Amino acid sequence: MTIALLLIALVILGAAAAAMLSRNLIHSALLLVGAWAGIAAFYLWAGAEFVAFAQALVYVGAVSMVVLFAVLLTRQGATSAPVEFASWRRAVLGLVVAGGVMGVLFGSIMGSPLDVRLPAPPTGISVQQLGLLMMGPYAPALLIVGVLLTVALLGAIVIAAVDKPEDTP
Amino acid sequence: MTLSAQHLWLIPVLPLAAAGLGALTPRGGRTLAAGATILTMAGSLLLSCLALAGALTDPSAHQVFNFAWFDLGTGPLRLGLLLDPLTAFMCVMVTFVGLLIFIFSTGYMKEDANAKQFFCFLSLFAAAMLGLLVANSLLLLFVCWELVGLASYLLIGFWFHKPSAAAAAKKAFITTRIGDLGFLIGLVWLQDAQGTLLFYDNGAGLLESAALAQLAQLLPCGLAASTAIGLLLFCGAVGKSGQFPLHVWLPDAMEGPTPVSALIHAATMVAAGVFLMARVFPLMTADQALAGLPVHALTVVAFIGAITALMGALIAVAQNDIKRILAFSTVSQLGYMMLAIGVGSWVAAIFHLLTHAFFKALLFLGAGSVIHAAHHEQDIRRLGGLRGKMRTTFVTFAIGMMALAGVPFLFSGFWSKEAILHAAHSWEVSHLPLYAGLTAVVLTAFYMTRLVAEVFFGAPRSEAASHAHENGPAITVPLVLLAVGAVLLGFLGTPAFPWLQARLLGETAVHGHSLLEGSGLMMLSILLVAVGLGAGWALYGRRLRTQAEAPDPLAVRAPGVIAALANRLGLDELYAATVGRLTFGFADFSALLEIFAWDGAIRFLARLGEFTGLVSRENDEGALNEGFDAASRGLRGTGLAYSKAQTGDAHGYLRSLALGFVLLLILVILGGSR
Amino acid sequence: MSPLQFCLLLSSLLFCLGLLGALARSNTILVLLGIELMLNAANLNLIAFWRYGPHPAIGTGVIFVLFTIAVAAAEAAVGLAFVIAVHRHRRSVRLQEASQLKG
Repeated sequence: MTIALLLIALVILGAAAAAMLSRNLIHSALLLVGAWAGIAAFYLWAGAEFVAFAQALVYVGAVSMVVLFAVLLTRQGATSAPVEFASWRRAVLGLVVAGGVMGVLFGSIMGSPLDVRLPAPPTGISVQQLGLLMMGPYAPALLIVGVLLTVALLGAIVIAAVDKPEDTP
Repeated sequence: MTLSAQHLWLIPVLPLAAAGLGALTPRGGRTLAAGATILTMAGSLLLSCLALAGALTDPSAHQVFNFAWFDLGTGPLRLGLLLDPLTAFMCVMVTFVGLLIFIFSTGYMKEDANAKQFFCFLSLFAAAMLGLLVANSLLLLFVCWELVGLASYLLIGFWFHKPSAAAAAKKAFITTRIGDLGFLIGLVWLQDAQGTLLFYDNGAGLLESAALAQLAQLLPCGLAASTAIGLLLFCGAVGKSGQFPLHVWLPDAMEGPTPVSALIHAATMVAAGVFLMARVFPLMTADQALAGLPVHALTVVAFIGAITALMGALIAVAQNDIKRILAFSTVSQLGYMMLAIGVGSWVAAIFHLLTHAFFKALLFLGAGSVIHAAHHEQDIRRLGGLRGKMRTTFVTFAIGMMALAGVPFLFSGFWSKEAILHAAHSWEVSHLPLYAGLTAVVLTAFYMTRLVAEVFFGAPRSEAASHAHENGPAITVPLVLLAVGAVLLGFLGTPAFPWLQARLLGETAVHGHSLLEGSGLMMLSILLVAVGLGAGWALYGRRLRTQAEAPDPLAVRAPGVIAALANRLGLDELYAATVGRLTFGFADFSALLEIFAWDGAIRFLARLGEFTGLVSRENDEGALNEGFDAASRGLRGTGLAYSKAQTGDAHGYLRSLALGFVLLLILVILGGSR
Repeated sequence: MSPLQFCLLLSSLLFCLGLLGALARSNTILVLLGIELMLNAANLNLIAFWRYGPHPAIGTGVIFVLFTIAVAAAEAAVGLAFVIAVHRHRRSVRLQEASQLKG
């Protein structure tokens, strides 16, 4: 538990909390980007460099763009219009439930014998090894995910496409 | 070549084939039908002659040919054919007389449109009659008996569009049916008692000593079985042969064409009853040895015969229709035959039957000739003077009349009646039948003289009579042939040469006795005939009737008696008032029963069915439908209730998920799983 | 507290934050963002266990996370496309207002 890990943890949690509680939608989106970056840092610390880069590319690069587009396309009125919470009741209920989940998880984590100390930090995994794994045992999964991404792409386009005048019933 | 019993079946089957052919030919094919009828009858005549030759080679034998018809379960039902002198003589007579009458019919029915059907029915009758004669089984005899009755019905009602003819046919059938009921009961009794209905069967037959000994036992009711059965069979004979009290159908049967009257109601069918009695004579006499019987069967037969003979003759005296006179004359002569059987001499009865067939057929055909010539004028008061116009008819008719009246020596009727009177004289029980017979002799001569005088003598008393002329050969030739037979047949049975009697009794030797024996009775009967002839001539021949409407000389002298006799002694009215009323009463009662009881029951059942249907429908609509609807409603209600869980609130869903996850985790932890 | 426990606590906290956001915010986009956070928390979990598991050389954990990232990205895209489509028809991005399918 080094300082680096603590710092990373703080960044992640702080950005996430801020994003969830912010009244401004754009602020939320951008704060979330920071959280994602922090998560990428965590991956680096853990030794999974490729995953870190993938996280940065996908989330910080692509998903955040998609989110911002969506925000911009669904704006009603001024940019800085505040986004309210749901009713107080809903907020309290959400708090309670989330708290409950946290409590259970906290209890189970602290109560489990997870006292593992590795003798030496791991060397990590090389990209070549990953490549071989991808093309070898996990090739079917890779292909399926490829199909899934294609379908999602096409689906998103279809759903979000503007209806032509003669298509509307 | 002689004919054996095995081939006897051909004799009835030939006319049957002609009947079948006649049924199949179209309406205008009278020549074909008539030709077939006459040819087959000639064939049967030939075969009958051969059969007679065969029977006479051994007159005492009863040649039988028995065969099994079908299996009853307890044993086969056997039928059979019998050839003995009685059968053979009867077959020859029936086929000969029948053939002549068929030839006569071709001339008589020339103008009739339905002639083909007529010949078809005639053939049917011939087949049935011949079958009756050759039968060795009482059942086969009964079947042919009924068929003969059917043929009689069809032929009496031949001109069915005449209401009187249709009614007469019905009356004939119903009256004979009443008699046949007794016959049937006797038949069933015999089958039950003996287990067989064959007459002769190598010792096991009904008319053979073993069966007769058994049947002659006294029953608890006081009669012997054979007496009771004999009387029951006699019931059938009473109906068929027109004995008192079932004689009422015979005069009405004259509605049929004259050839029918000649063949069926004079010569053959009515003689079937006498033939039956002759056939089962051993059964009728089986109780002679028993003492203490209240009545012997033959006694009843004799008295009924005597009553019939006298009554028939009396009524004939007062009739005016030529055919009615002859009909009642037939009734009377049949009474004579039954009388002969009753007093114990069946050979005399058969002898008289044979001679009667010839001269009665002759008389009827002669009457037919007269009727045909006089354009169907049948009232003797309106005829007359035909002696000159119809020579052949007159001569042959006169011969027949003299045979019937019993003019002595030359004519067959005399000898046969003599035989009967002789037998009646030697009867120990009573002489009443003899007196009745002698009285009837007088009456017979009287009314026949009246008939001949009124029809043939004097001047014609109507248009029809004056225009009459002799008929063609088809009509006259049979008359001549029958007249010859009426004369010659007598010589076969004279006391000096009783050839016929001997052969019938199964004797090969003929023992005649001189005419002087028993001559007292013969003298008496000759005297009575003379009295009758004289009286008749005195009243009707000397003072000839000049007008048709002139009163009858006898009616003037004794109007009450004559009127009663003319009305046939009122028996028809009596029957209508009693039996007729009773039957109608039963019919009304049955109708009531039908409407209220049986119909009511059926209507009740129908209501029950309706009610069941109603209940079923209510059950279906109320219980079943409602049940299903309620279940469906319940299901929908449950569905609606469950669908309330879909609140549409996404946050809520998520919350539930999270909570569920928490609970699950707690359970896992608490469950202690690793 | 071991490092693994620390990492797990971190990922659980992140998860609950995402859950809170998803439950308490009415803007659909924010709900989706919360869901993304939850997915990321799961990824964190996986990497932690890969890092402190018995055989880190076997790249099962890493492969898993890679696939998860891919699927999560696809889901985000489709979900946001839905938001846009709903907004075009109903002019609203509030999640409570999309409740026509309630029973």
